[in-house]
Amino acid sequence: MATSSRGARVFRNLNAKIAAIPMIFTAVVVFAGFSVWTVVYSFTNSKLLPKANFVGLDQYERLWSNSRWLISIQNLMIYGALALVFTIVIGFVLAVLMDQKIRFEDTFRTIMLYPFALSFIVTGLAWQWILNPQLGIQNVIREMGWTSFTFDPLNNPDLVLYGLLIAGLWQGTGFVMCIMLAGLRGIDEDIWKATRVDGIGTWKTYIVVIIPMMRPVFITTLVLVAAGIIKLYDLVIAQTSGGPGNASQVPAMYVYSYMFQAQNLAQGFAASTMMLLTVLIVLIPWAYLEFGGKKNG
Amino acid sequence: MKTWKLAAGLMLTVALPQAGFATDLEITHWWTSGGEAAAVAELAKAFDASGDKWIDGAIAGGGDTARPVMISRITGGDPMGATQFNHGQQAMELVEAGLMLDLTDVAEANDWKNKIYPPSLLDACTVDGKVYCAPVNIHSPEWLWLSNKVYNDLGIPVPTNWTEFVATAPQVEAAGKIPLALGNQPWQSNLAFGAITVGIGGLELWKKVNVEKDMEAAAGPEMAAVFQAAADARKLAAKSTVQDWNQATNMVITGEAAGQIMGDWAQGEFAVAGKVAGTDYTCLPGLGMNAYLSTGGDAFYFPKLDDPEKEAAQKRLAALLVSPEVQVAFNLKKGSLPIRGDVDLAAANDCMKKGLEVLASGNLLPTSDMVWSPDVQTQAGDLMVEFWKTDMSPEDAQAKWVEILQSGL
Repeated sequence: MATSSRGARVFRNLNAKIAAIPMIFTAVVVFAGFSVWTVVYSFTNSKLLPKANFVGLDQYERLWSNSRWLISIQNLMIYGALALVFTIVIGFVLAVLMDQKIRFEDTFRTIMLYPFALSFIVTGLAWQWILNPQLGIQNVIREMGWTSFTFDPLNNPDLVLYGLLIAGLWQGTGFVMCIMLAGLRGIDEDIWKATRVDGIGTWKTYIVVIIPMMRPVFITTLVLVAAGIIKLYDLVIAQTSGGPGNASQVPAMYVYSYMFQAQNLAQGFAASTMMLLTVLIVLIPWAYLEFGGKKNG
Repeated sequence: MKTWKLAAGLMLTVALPQAGFATDLEITHWWTSGGEAAAVAELAKAFDASGDKWIDGAIAGGGDTARPVMISRITGGDPMGATQFNHGQQAMELVEAGLMLDLTDVAEANDWKNKIYPPSLLDACTVDGKVYCAPVNIHSPEWLWLSNKVYNDLGIPVPTNWTEFVATAPQVEAAGKIPLALGNQPWQSNLAFGAITVGIGGLELWKKVNVEKDMEAAAGPEMAAVFQAAADARKLAAKSTVQDWNQATNMVITGEAAGQIMGDWAQGEFAVAGKVAGTDYTCLPGLGMNAYLSTGGDAFYFPKLDDPEKEAAQKRLAALLVSPEVQVAFNLKKGSLPIRGDVDLAAANDCMKKGLEVLASGNLLPTSDMVWSPDVQTQAGDLMVEFWKTDMSPEDAQAKWVEILQSGL
């Protein structure tokens, strides 16, 4: 407001700059600063309290020879790949179905999005009960007369990941559907008219014309879903606590457990640094596609 | 009537000299199961009766959940008045960092050195000649709890040791019961393994590996036999799917499972359920094989506070926790053994008496919390929970276990 046309550049839009200071401070100190601190201390042998006693790559060597960590990584990759594919495919198919000018669309949209309003803790607990053999599906079907029916994924080390996946998909697909639906609504009516004139079938239009046009929507969805998968923690805590055995452990649980329960900060830092690295591996290609792509396109 | 006498005794011995100094202290602990809550209520009652106020800060979810909360509160500058830890190495770094109150004067005034038995309990509280914690009970993890009902229904005698228990397991299984109840959390698998080590391997082996830290013995054939026994035991627990220890105990109480390896705190659950030791359930210290018990337990640590009034109240609480009256009232409810040899536990039940006998005979060893750091314990827990729930071979498990122990040398 009080700008003079000859004022130095620094003082232009002064109010806006002052208003941005807290956010800049948070971003620099909390996100960047503490992350760097964590990475630096992952090279020490800190136990309960951080101590700057550097031991090189020892923590990382121990991390990558620890079977719980290796199981966690493997679980995250299996869960991640399946969750990514299924949330996006199911989300897109639901969005397409919603886009058919159906009656009660609002009602369906609300029902589909409803699970997203629940936290992972509630989701995990609810599905723990649903999948519990004494309380849930198995019991209901047995009471209907099929007494040999067995469905107990959460207590079977080979199936427990799929038990988590069911809950994760139930919670996440509605949200993806909404983003996709918004993307579909952004497609010009004229495109549809043009394909109809050319006699292209509806499904073919979706796959050949609409999906390529929705590329930015897909990339955003991909990043959101992927980031959610990497920090997967509370769903597992509520549903299985990492069990049976270590069969549903995820990296975030390892970090927590070594930083606080084992009183071995440096080991937890090393694990969280690896997680940060994974997030960067996901984010950098996205940033490249999103911001680099605009210049070309 | 007993409680009135107790309260009156407390009023005379503890409260009167310091009357008029009522202070609120927040005390954090992870005693949340039925039997534990009843025991903690005794402490609160005694502290309130002495004129101060016990603000209960129970943290649910067991020690593994509670300790991080406690530690981050202490290191983060929001210390509570007093907090539970298992004495040993859990709070060691906090003491070394100067965050805990020195209780040496309380210990000397109340002659803890001669009163606390076994002396290893006070040693575990002592760092560089100064006392930093008040032990409140002795817990030993090496117990086998059996449901008499399961065996009576089958018409076979209740096993008297681990070997008989394993031998009768097929019959139990044939009757549609789970032979061994085991919660899913890592520390429970670790505990069961520790108990089997003492039961099968015996005291000598345990001490060689855990106290003398003899890694050759840890990798040796005697330990291999222990791992084999644990591998056999995990088959008996295959159908047990609960998480918490008290849910597993409940399976034994209801007769759904035949037995559970769990510390003597399980007794509190049987008591709350109205079960009688000897007729409804049977307890076998040292799994009935070697009647050795490790004397771990709970202790209260007092974080340093700036307020001198609170500090005085902390010291009053420390003295109170160790006093004979509180020891009796608390331990009867908790099912644990008192930390002093000069109190009378006439009201003790069958199981506690067995424990007291072992205690008196001196067949004692330190707990793994005292000899290994939480880092080693967590790693061992991770390994054990995987070992108990998968078909990892005993040889692989032993090799990994030795590696873990070496990381703590």
